[in-house]
Amino acid sequence: MFEITPAEWTAILLSLRVAVIATLVATPFGIALAWLLARYDFWGKSILDAAVHLPLVLPPVVTGYLLLLTFGKRGLVGGWLADHLGIVFAFRWTGAALACGVMSFPLLVRPIRLSIEAIDRRLEQASSTLGAAPWQVFATVTLPLALPGILAGMVLGFAKAIGEFGATITFVSNIPGETQTISSAIYSLIQTPDGDAAAGRLVLISIVIAMGALIASEWFARRATRRLHGN
Amino acid sequence: MLRVDVTKQLGEFSLEASFTSEGRVTGLFGASGAGKSSLINMIAGLLRPDRGIVVLDDETLDDTAKGIHVPPHRRRIGYVFQDARLFPHLDVRQNLDYGRRMNRLADDPAQRSRVTDLLDIGGLLDRRPGQLSGGERQRVALGRALLSKPRLLLMDEPLGSLDEGRKVEILPYLVRLRDEGIPMVYVSHDAAELRQLATQIVMLRNGRVTALGGVKVLTTGSPA
Repeated sequence: MFEITPAEWTAILLSLRVAVIATLVATPFGIALAWLLARYDFWGKSILDAAVHLPLVLPPVVTGYLLLLTFGKRGLVGGWLADHLGIVFAFRWTGAALACGVMSFPLLVRPIRLSIEAIDRRLEQASSTLGAAPWQVFATVTLPLALPGILAGMVLGFAKAIGEFGATITFVSNIPGETQTISSAIYSLIQTPDGDAAAGRLVLISIVIAMGALIASEWFARRATRRLHGN
Repeated sequence: MLRVDVTKQLGEFSLEASFTSEGRVTGLFGASGAGKSSLINMIAGLLRPDRGIVVLDDETLDDTAKGIHVPPHRRRIGYVFQDARLFPHLDVRQNLDYGRRMNRLADDPAQRSRVTDLLDIGGLLDRRPGQLSGGERQRVALGRALLSKPRLLLMDEPLGSLDEGRKVEILPYLVRLRDEGIPMVYVSHDAAELRQLATQIVMLRNGRVTALGGVKVLTTGSPA
């Protein structure tokens, strides 16, 4: 029962790789966007804000289909990337990472934005009177003070990415060894006769990963909060 | 020498202040709401005047007619806030070192130990701001501003958030600091404090300068 087969290992490792890469690549963009939304008022801000949240409310299959239209081999962006930079998303694990990154982006941005909004701007003023240029203020005051929110956003995004199913399978299909994540492997297994035991193992493993992520985020948050309260 | 001649509209409140100070410690005196903090923020560069100039030692920091506004981080003006504003994610040692790092100044252990001795904060270096008393926090804030090697030190009611006992604790350090020779602008609504520290007084009332001169103007004019 608890013997994990090589095929299952492949799906597990792929899921982890997809979710880790999706989270790491999305985080800098998430921080930049959260900062923009937290600190500036500009024309079209509410539209941008809505667009960021769109993957949260759209049916995942719609997001996946839109990704296919945009980043597929004949898609507007996908075609250009394939021709000029040799980057292909369609039916590759990188496409799965893109789908997961897009789907988890709203969950990543929100806690970061809240933590930036909560920063006492007077500390940033103090920093500038001590000689810090704006980018130094950001790097030495804003970013460290937003760290609990950044870590919370990363963990939430990671958890969403590892569980993503609808957009991924629509965009990059369900190819063992290339785009078959834990979710799509479970989906395949429960449609196969005698697949129950294997599905059960993968279900158990996704519960373990999810619990681990939640416990880690709790630990990070507690540590970071302690740091910020200066004790 | 510090020359300020500015106007600023802040909602209903209008500030129109002009003074020149040669004094080592310029006391900015007035009731709360008189515009002291806005004025000092303009000297620091945190607030831009609507019109006017700020000149320090022949360097123009603001001149709205010529479109000059030197940003705060290039002014080399230290600022001690009423609420200290120590960085909560750094310990005392890192807070003290912050200005030197940002200005990329060479490490100066002699200066550091002189300042920590002057303010008696040598024993606090490994603590976090959250573990300090109000008075200790304010002394660290003083040290932090001093160690950024400013050419002018702004103090916005540095004793304002402290109770009487703590004020008595800090005041001697401020006198020591004054005798160090760094020019200061000291904001207060407490005439007694300014009598001990200031060498020149600028009296503010409802956003206007109502009196200028030596410490004796504190006894002739009333801030309210």
